[in-house]
Formats: sequence, C-alpha cells, structure tokens
Amino acid sequence: MKENDNVISVKGLTKRFGDFTAVDNISFDVKRGEIFGFLGANGAGKTTAMRMLCGLSYPTSGDGYVAGCDINRQADEIKRHIGYMSQKFSLYGNLSLEENLKLFATIYGMTDEEIKASSKKLFEELEMDSMRDTLVKDIPVGWKQKLAFATATIHRPEVVFLDEPTGGVDPATRRKFWELIYKAASEGMTIFVTTHYLDEAEYCNRVSIMVDGKISALASPEVLKEKYHVETMDEVFRIVAKDAIRGE
Amino acid sequence: MKIRILKALLKKEVMLMKRNPIIPKIILVMPLMVMLVIPLVANLDVKNVKVVVVDNDRSQLSRRMIANLNAAAAITVNAYSDTHEDALAKVEHGDADVILNIPYDYSKRVALGGTSVSVEANGVNATKGLLGAQYVSQSVLMTLQQWQVENGITVKPAEISVVNRYNPTLNFKNYMIPALMVVLLIIICGFLPALNLVSEKESGTIEAMNVTPVDKLTFVLSKLIPFWVVSILVVTVGMVVGWLVYGLAPEGNIGVIYLATILFSLVMSGLGVTIANQSATMLQSIFVMFAFIMIFQLMSGLFTPINSMPQWAQVITYFIPPRYFIEIMRAVYLKGASIRELWLQFSALAVFAVVLIVISAKSYSKRG
Repeated sequence: MKENDNVISVKGLTKRFGDFTAVDNISFDVKRGEIFGFLGANGAGKTTAMRMLCGLSYPTSGDGYVAGCDINRQADEIKRHIGYMSQKFSLYGNLSLEENLKLFATIYGMTDEEIKASSKKLFEELEMDSMRDTLVKDIPVGWKQKLAFATATIHRPEVVFLDEPTGGVDPATRRKFWELIYKAASEGMTIFVTTHYLDEAEYCNRVSIMVDGKISALASPEVLKEKYHVETMDEVFRIVAKDAIRGE
Repeated sequence: MKIRILKALLKKEVMLMKRNPIIPKIILVMPLMVMLVIPLVANLDVKNVKVVVVDNDRSQLSRRMIANLNAAAAITVNAYSDTHEDALAKVEHGDADVILNIPYDYSKRVALGGTSVSVEANGVNATKGLLGAQYVSQSVLMTLQQWQVENGITVKPAEISVVNRYNPTLNFKNYMIPALMVVLLIIICGFLPALNLVSEKESGTIEAMNVTPVDKLTFVLSKLIPFWVVSILVVTVGMVVGWLVYGLAPEGNIGVIYLATILFSLVMSGLGVTIANQSATMLQSIFVMFAFIMIFQLMSGLFTPINSMPQWAQVITYFIPPRYFIEIMRAVYLKGASIRELWLQFSALAVFAVVLIVISAKSYSKRG
C-alpha cells in the first residue's frame, strides 16, 4: 500500500454507537499532496470518521489505510505519520507557546537541534516570535488555532487532519490560516480538513459532502458546481444536504 | 519507552503543577494544618473525668480516697451524693461520668476483707467510660495500699501490672502522628493524580496526547513519578512538625521512611490514575476515590487496631495497601525498626506498586 498514490484509502468504514450509526459504510481515497475537504452538517459524522482515521476510535466495521498503515491494527503506527488538530482547542493553557511546541515535537521524536531550527522558522512564519514565552491561555483564539496548526505539522507528517480549524475565527485570520494550509500542502503534506464554511470548500482540491453518515457527493468543487448547475459551493451544499434528517 | 519523551512529559507535569494556582499550596498547607491541629483535637486521651462520690462511710479512709482522687490528673470529684439514685441522676444529666460508691463501715470491714468499693461508669461514651473507670479504680487501689501499709494490714489485693512498651506513657499523639502522615499521603497522592488526569480529559488535552505515538506506560509514568517528590515533601513537613511541635522524632532511619513513602505514593497514584482512566468527569473520579479512601482509613489499622476486627475483616486488611505502610511507619517511628525487620511489609508494598502501575497503564486507553 505504501507506494500507492492514495495516502488515505477507506472501504466500507462504519461506526455505530448502540442503535445509532454515526458513520455508515463510507468509502473514499485521498491522493498524496491533496487538500481534501470533508464537508457535512453538524452531526453528519465528520468528526467520528476523522477520529477513526487518526486511530482515536475503533471502526465498527470496514477497512482503511492511512499513510500505509491499517487503521484497524496499526493505530500507533499511524500516529507517527499524522498530525491532528482537534475541533476543541487542546494544547496546554498553562504552558507557553514554545513549551507546547517543544513538548509535542519531542514526543514525535525530533532532536533538540531539529526542534530549535523548526520552531524558530515556525514562529517567524506565524509572526508569533515575540509571543513565544506567553502562556497559551493568554493569547486570542486566532493565534491559538495557528499554534495548534504549527504543533500538528512541526514533525512534517504525511497527513494532517484538521477538524474545523477555523471555527470561531474572524475572516482575516481565516484567510491567513488557509495560507498556512496551502503552504503545508505545497511542502508535500496531505491535508484532510473538515469545515462549515463553504467558501473554504472552494479552496480544496476535492471535497466530499457527508449527509447522515453517508458520503453523498465527492468531486472537485468545479465538477460539483457544474453537476448541480450552480455558482457556489454553498448552493451545492444546500442541494446535496437538503434531505438531511440529522443536524440542528 | 523512551527516556527522552518521559523526561519531556515529566517537565510538563512539573511546570503545570507549579503554575497551578492551588495545587502547590495544598501540598504544603494541608500537611501543616493537619499536623498542627489534628493531634491536639483528635485525641483519645481521656481528660477531665468527672466523678460523683457516694460516701456512706465518711471515715478517715474514705476522705483520703476522695482527696487522692481529686489530686489525680484527669480526674475531678465534682459532686457528692447521699444516695446511689441521686448519683445516677447526676450521670444522666451529664454532670458526672463515673460513680464511686463507698459502702457503709468500709474502713472497718476492709481489714477483714470481703467488702469493696464499687465503680460505675457511663458507657455512652465508651472510651471515656472505660478509661475513666480504670483511672478511678487505680487511684482508689493506690490509696488503699498505702493505708494498709500504714496500718499494718497484710491483706494484699490482687495486682496486675501493665507496662506499655514503645509508647510508655500511652501518649495518643505518638500513635497518631505517623498515622496522620499516612492519611495525608492517601489523600494527596490518591486524589491529585486522579484529578489531574480527569482534568486533561475535560479540557481535551488528553486527546492531543492520544493522537501522538506516545506509549501508554510512558504517559502513565509521567503522571505517577511527580508524586514521589510530592509525597516526600508531605512526609518531610509531617516529620518536621512532629519533631518541633510534639517532640516526636523517628526512632529509626529516615531513609527507611522515605523509601516506604515512595513505594506507597506509587501505589496511591497508580490507584488514582486507574480510577481516572475509567471516569469521564471529575465528579465520578472523586466519588470512586472517596469510597476507596473510606475503606483505607477504616480498615487499614489507622484508627482501630486490626487485631480487634472480626476474622474475615482481618483477612481483607491484607489486601489494603496502607495497612503495610502504617505498620512500617509506626514500627520505624516508635520502635526504630530496620528495613530487614520490615522486609515483608516492603515486599507487599512493592508488589502493590508494580501491580497498580501495570493496571493503570493497561486501563489507559488511547482509543475509544
């Protein structure tokens, strides 16, 4: 599988919680270096699917490979090759920016020299150099998200999973955040991103739209817009998701 | 397991603990308060036993008995009654704890033998009643012996001599101080790791860890090892206060105490982490921890001697880790026991420590 061009490959992935089927038999591939948008309404099963791919949750059934590792049997191996940014901000508030970055980089097996070099570069890129000793709890949300992204990518993983990375962030910061995503993709990382903002979907190479645990559409934004004869991804989403039972 | 990762995680734990607004204060202030206050108030020494005397004899001997009784420490004769009924009423009203009944013509008949004073105690407060009656009968017996010697009477009343070794004055504080340190360690090393881990669950930081390749044992050890330092701090504060305030220093080697403390901190923090692994919220972990702490305090011989428990309960105490730690602490503190004499207790603690570390690592699930 490893030399395959698909860095993520999923077949019949299903997750049930009791009677509730959160993810219902989904199959898809993500190509290496791609920005893959994973769209869906609240409760459509995006996060659950992503957690299975990251080795945080056991699939009820189905197979999948992430970075050449089996999601059923090699969860710990997968974790060496991915970065993950949770929907809920989850760095240590009482550690400084640099301490957080250093902690996670060490866990990913980077040496002190590597950490020093990459964190210097990262802080400069993020324009956060003056804040590196500030406690994380004291910085604004937009900055926290940027730091979380830096932490998820400092070890240059093959795939980065971003779960609603721009939730609650202002448009200007969102724009900057997407520049970071593009930059990471240009360096060869595959980006797997969920979002609610449909303008962001336009930035993706390909998008899938999940409705009630199933994938209802999967193609590039251009193809989808053409297929449904509309101008924006927002309209595509409205058409595809109009029959959704779950959600708000 | 990688030492480099463990070191990085330990550094994080220490920094977070130091930056926490209350944890460092709890670790220092709680042992101080407990050691300063509890030995003074939670005291089983009986003081101020109130005696009501029913003196039907009114002789030289009976007056002397009463005077000696009044002079004794911890006893005050605070009432006289003419009848036994009246004395009983005083006990019922709480004006007296013990009744001393001296029969009519006692001083004349005592030379012949066959008569005696009677001592009755209020058993509602069992400890005070029991010890109060003992104090009173000791004092009476002493007066009687003196009087017999002075008057050349040779009838010798039966005598039992009790000598308390290792804690010669049966000072309750000597018994309490090592025990209080154990209580402190049970609470601090049990609760703090559990709360720490659950708070990582609640804040979501544990998920950031779960998605990294960190292995379970490394992560769990990073939660346990900081409590070596914490437990040593707590015991040190306890020993210093015990020595400065109560004049009680360990008879044995302090190193033995520290070694036992580290082992015990692993046992308690291992238990705390195991409970936290199974709990989704702080509340759950606190309730489960409380259940364990109740059993630990009541069944480990901390406050009630294991020997006086029913047989089945005594068997259970072998599975209660603080039992061994308390035995070590008391033996080192009061008897000056060495590690060689305590090898059994040390091995038991070590086994518990290893087992709990394994369980806490196994029960920690990076995947749901």
